[in-house]
Amino acid sequence: MKIAIPVDEKSLDSNVCVSFGRTPYFLIYDVDTKESVFLDNSAAASTGGAGIKAAQTIVDNKANVLLTPRCGENAAEVLKSADIEIFKTTSASVKDNIDAFIDGKLPLLDEIHAGFHGHGGN
Amino acid sequence: MRIAVLSGKGGTGKTLVSVNLAAVAKISTYIDCDVEEPNGHLFFKPEDVQEEEISVKIPKVNNELCNGCRKCIDFCKFNALAYIKDKLIVFEEVCHSCGGCIMLCPEKALTEREKVIGKVQKGTSDQVTVYTGILNTGEASGIPIIKKLLAENKPEADKLTFIDCPPGSACIVMESIKDADYCILVAEPTLFGVHNLNMVYELVKLFNKPFGVVLNKCIEGENPAENFCIEKNIKILDQIPFDNELGILNSNAEIAVRENEKYQALFSSLLETVKKEVQHETTSYS
Repeated sequence: MKIAIPVDEKSLDSNVCVSFGRTPYFLIYDVDTKESVFLDNSAAASTGGAGIKAAQTIVDNKANVLLTPRCGENAAEVLKSADIEIFKTTSASVKDNIDAFIDGKLPLLDEIHAGFHGHGGN
Repeated sequence: MRIAVLSGKGGTGKTLVSVNLAAVAKISTYIDCDVEEPNGHLFFKPEDVQEEEISVKIPKVNNELCNGCRKCIDFCKFNALAYIKDKLIVFEEVCHSCGGCIMLCPEKALTEREKVIGKVQKGTSDQVTVYTGILNTGEASGIPIIKKLLAENKPEADKLTFIDCPPGSACIVMESIKDADYCILVAEPTLFGVHNLNMVYELVKLFNKPFGVVLNKCIEGENPAENFCIEKNIKILDQIPFDNELGILNSNAEIAVRENEKYQALFSSLLETVKKEVQHETTSYS
């Protein structure tokens, strides 16, 4: 099983990024092989629709679940179509959240926000 | 003669100035281009309102023809498309209707379909023709509605048209002032007001538009926006006082010039100043 997490730095010691769509990097962590892959988030600098593009990256990298503090509705729609479950991170540390997820202690993210669209001006 | 009224932020007095100028001009046209929250109609209460829906073209997918090449996804600057489980998904609210994806699709899997994004209304209030653009909530851009509003009103030299612009200096404002003969910038007497004034000042300079400033909500003492105008050598067209009476009229959606002689005089004089400025500009450019 592969876990995707938005992260501030390319390290397992990093914190979870507060933004999903505009996170600088994603960690794809394979629970079975314990392998970590860090991806640049090409959506970070998008004018709009960053969540959609970021979600596409998660889908293309064949993650099964996403751990994130929050997620917008367009991104959630992409992830839902791909049957990727979204769990809510409960602390800042990437490692702690991976452990909590494996122990079944992370709740499903049920609050999907309406997005921060247009705040950069169009 | 097309006169656009703009400001760097909401609430400075664009609608106050444009509505009252249109009303004091008697025979005129007022166009509300602030399509995200048009409010000029609240003052004019236009009668005999006719309405027309405005649509844009958005892509429609035929997933049987789509081969998943993703050329459309890579092209879309707004990320309005996603390819999930062998299916192309369109996010309608994110699409800006550029049509690029349809042109690029090698399999002809994308076609156009119409989507209503809002409407324009036309009515009359005394001798003022009132146009209102209304964008539906959540839509990406009001520009198609503004284009329609302005296309319906071809500029005529002897017809006075007042364009109530959206706040700020983004694309939607550029579209609103593009064909204006003159721009009135409305500014508040604060440092924040100066910051916002500077945004629209830079915009009208970029567009090479003749312009002047109306200082609104003026109180005794120093006015940073006035200092800014003096420093930059910008024409101050008029000063509107911070006045309780005007505030009450305005918050009751009354048109000040139709209710109060003092404001009838103030806006008549402003109108004359603006007309002279436009004529002056026309002669100096011809």
